[in-house]
Amino acid sequence: MRVDGRGLIDRTQPVTFRFDGRSVTGYKGDTVASALLGKGVKLMARSFKYHRPRGVLTAGSEEPNALMEVGTGAAMTPNTRATVQEIYDGLVVQSQNRIGPLDRDLLSVNDALWPFLSAGFYYKTFMWPRAFWERLYEPVIRRAAGLGRITKAASPERHEKAFAFCDVLVIGGGPAGLMAALTAAKGGADVILAEETPEPGGRLLSDSQEIDGTLAAYWVEDILKELQATGRVRVMTRTTVTGAYDDGSYGALERVARHVAPADDLPPECFWRIRAKQAVLAAGAHERPIAFPMNDRPGIMLAGAVRTYLNRYGVAPGRNVTIFATNDDAHRTAVELLDAGVKVAAVIDSRTGVTAQGDYRLIEGGQVIGTKGRQGLSQITYRAGGSTDTLITDCLGMSGGWNPVVHLTCHLGARPVWDAEAKMFLPAPGAVPGMTPAGACNGAMSTAACLREGQEAGKAALKALGLRAPRGLSVPEAEDDPGRAQALWHIEGKGRAWLDFANDVTTKDVKLAAAEGYASVEHMKRYTTQGMAPDQGKSSNINALALLADATGRGIPETGTTTYRPPFIPVTMGAMGAFAEGHGFAPERRTTSDAAARARGAPMIEAGLWFRPSYFPAPGETTWREACDREVAMVRSAVGVVDVSTLGKIDIQGPDAGAFLDFVYTNMFSTLPVGRARYGLMLREDGHVMDDGTTARLGQHHYVMTTTTAAAGQVMAHLEFVSQGLRPDLDVRIISATEQWAQFSVAGRLARALLNGILDQPIDDESFPFMACGAVKVHGVNGRLFRISFSGEHAYEIAVPSRYGDALYRDLVARAEALGGGAYGMEALNVLRIEKGFITHSEIHGRVTAYDIGMQRMLSAKKDFVGKAAAARPGLLEPGRERLVGLRPVEAEGRLTAGARLFKDGDPHTRVHDQGYVTSVGYSPTLGHMIGLGFLRHGPECEGHEIEMVDHLRKVKTRVEVVNPVFFDPDGGRARG
Amino acid sequence: MQIPCPICGARDLREFTPKGHASYLDRPAEDADAQAWNDYLHLRENPAGDTRELWYHGAGCGAWLVVERNTVTHAVKGATLAREMRDAG
Repeated sequence: MRVDGRGLIDRTQPVTFRFDGRSVTGYKGDTVASALLGKGVKLMARSFKYHRPRGVLTAGSEEPNALMEVGTGAAMTPNTRATVQEIYDGLVVQSQNRIGPLDRDLLSVNDALWPFLSAGFYYKTFMWPRAFWERLYEPVIRRAAGLGRITKAASPERHEKAFAFCDVLVIGGGPAGLMAALTAAKGGADVILAEETPEPGGRLLSDSQEIDGTLAAYWVEDILKELQATGRVRVMTRTTVTGAYDDGSYGALERVARHVAPADDLPPECFWRIRAKQAVLAAGAHERPIAFPMNDRPGIMLAGAVRTYLNRYGVAPGRNVTIFATNDDAHRTAVELLDAGVKVAAVIDSRTGVTAQGDYRLIEGGQVIGTKGRQGLSQITYRAGGSTDTLITDCLGMSGGWNPVVHLTCHLGARPVWDAEAKMFLPAPGAVPGMTPAGACNGAMSTAACLREGQEAGKAALKALGLRAPRGLSVPEAEDDPGRAQALWHIEGKGRAWLDFANDVTTKDVKLAAAEGYASVEHMKRYTTQGMAPDQGKSSNINALALLADATGRGIPETGTTTYRPPFIPVTMGAMGAFAEGHGFAPERRTTSDAAARARGAPMIEAGLWFRPSYFPAPGETTWREACDREVAMVRSAVGVVDVSTLGKIDIQGPDAGAFLDFVYTNMFSTLPVGRARYGLMLREDGHVMDDGTTARLGQHHYVMTTTTAAAGQVMAHLEFVSQGLRPDLDVRIISATEQWAQFSVAGRLARALLNGILDQPIDDESFPFMACGAVKVHGVNGRLFRISFSGEHAYEIAVPSRYGDALYRDLVARAEALGGGAYGMEALNVLRIEKGFITHSEIHGRVTAYDIGMQRMLSAKKDFVGKAAAARPGLLEPGRERLVGLRPVEAEGRLTAGARLFKDGDPHTRVHDQGYVTSVGYSPTLGHMIGLGFLRHGPECEGHEIEMVDHLRKVKTRVEVVNPVFFDPDGGRARG
Repeated sequence: MQIPCPICGARDLREFTPKGHASYLDRPAEDADAQAWNDYLHLRENPAGDTRELWYHGAGCGAWLVVERNTVTHAVKGATLAREMRDAG
């Protein structure tokens, strides 16, 4: 119910939203939780395992109970905390984890079965019969388990990502954070102040208190104005810092537009990566519940949350409130409720010798041992002074003390330190380099101490930045009593006492875990699922480990905490991966002929980041094979054009360029005449093949190397490493020119005729023999011509600056078509090269040597080169190694498949008898049957043998003959002629 | 993590790729024995703590660096051009 005169909500602006189909009206500034409480709605959710009725426990992002589905259709987000979601007109919210209406959830039958549903229930129960697991148990359990649903449709929400840089990142806008930000900014630092809620202030907005003699909320307003006046502070509200990473990197989630109706021009969330030279952690503290019997009913919440609802939202969560506490702090809740005109039934304090701070009934040395009320609290039973009694009450504010929010200090591996005096875990000193904890997260539990520590942390940040602290700083006056507290983790009694409300973990489960040997806190966590819900046990982990310490007879520090990992709050995958979907998933590289190829209807295939045409369908063709066969025949009989710009092109210049190439290639390049190209083989230092390609000598000190498309980046890094790291004595410079040149292969017996139509100076066999290269003019444009062939035909590669690529490609294809040829794609290119036994990275896949591919003779004995020593190792020169062979089916219609294994005649088709494998296959229209390349033990020695090819996955068995890898034109006359 | 590239200044980790211990610069002679080559190829240092590693600034200037860093704390203490390391010794 609403309380007049309290709260920071705007009562002139009513806001209407829908909760489970009903219309609910709150005010601007309300969360779903406060609006529902304002209407007297306490039942907001069903629990995970027992489907118990639940209300809110907290008023912040640590909420374990009130998780809801927000939004409709594919944009629905489950597990949204009602304590964080702000309301707006038209907002649609649904309760979750129920079958049927929230107040009559059919799965609440689980609650009656609770004695059987203890920790490890699934493991112990669904053991037998074994076959039932997949068919029956798992589907049923999956139906019942899990928090919230997903829509299974792609989310239409488009999130944002952004980067920010600052001198000082202040995490949390409470008293400590505000003072830190003000001090740092006044000292000349650029500050980002990240505040999780819509308004900075922290507990200063949740508690009624004074600073420097004025109401704390007014003091906050003044400070915010001061921060703004410095011109150095960026206040980011609705922004939660989710993780601390190396070198002052922080992740943060900003809820940009979760509080307004969805709009196309607003991303719902933005994931920030913030780099800060210094940081101040002022994350505050989370209040801890007390594990007393039946402590989970709607209406039972944290005492501090009661104050937040009262002071921030003008809502009293009950008409007749009881407080159950172990500390002085919770008494303030009673005082403030009375001030606001709300009835306080009693304050039950577990300690004796305490005095009431106001006009309320104080029950000393008391403990709550039971509660009643099906869908909301109606009565409690307590024990005090040896007798038990009951109280009629509709809201119980409990407080077992406060846990500093040390999470971010643990993200780099540090463990928090137990303070036995204060009964709390504190940040380990120096836990995150450059980050200073201050205020409640550092154990400072009074407002004055928070203000002090905030200022000190601001000064420390300035000092680390080499800036001077401003003169005349003073600490505002505020309440300076941290209060006293007793440790009380759990209360024995009849009925379940919940620790982790979100995952329905009770004290019984933790004791059972300890009794069954799960004594390590990490084991207990996994066995009971304690702390594994969306709230990650923020309000329950410490209680659970204290209980485990008790049950195992150890102290709390010896028991230790579980690991605190990022993110601090749940982050949607959409926000973390903003832009990394669809076309944003990876960069796309397109050749200059891309548009022309697509215009011809070519399906594009990905080659690394590149897109290349697969084939060019002609009218009447219905399959890719028809197109491929036609294109192969076209190249073999007339002329074809294909874009080869994706191959890596590396420009190598310098007086020692030749010597450098001699060192990176197995064969000689310093002896290559100017105006000639040569095939080169490159090894890794471990003696295995890295890459191959042709390198052309354009001048005395100028070479241009081509690499395979796949290895272009790797080869570039390798060349840089050799040049800078191994041979800095060689005067050579290298640069990638892949994208600067558009390069096309023109292949077939009519290739020269075609080119002579566009070259300013015609060529012939004498001026341009096989493996010649040189500068040419193409329609007046400076280009390069290489007479090299990857198809086995008389072929050239012609290169022009990229800006002419589109025009040249269209011209080449048009001229080819006029000669009875045309464009061909990757499928035909692949068949053409297999027919010639040319290798690609299907063959040189990283585990083969020059010996394996029959190129041992390319390893020069006259010089050292990368990989030479290792390639000479005896094991790499064994004849029994898997070596390159050609494969053809014995029956012409026999099918070959890439990836199939090879076996000797009569051997079982099992791993131990494996003789090798198939790497590349294709149908050769030239030969009229399939052909393949593969690796076979003793390879070349087996030529002429018949063996078995077996593809266990595709269920193919084919008798194949081992042949020479060069299927077509073995003496190479066509390329030279 | 940032690496202080001597050419580009402090740059984000994602611009670099690692190659392992800096002893990879000490390539044995062509005729060194098999043990020396084996050690060079397969037995490079990988300590938990301070180390010297090769990193390639592939998304930046293309320089190969010798980076001094701690593999436990991720603290980066400095970086030198591999070219200069070789020239120096």
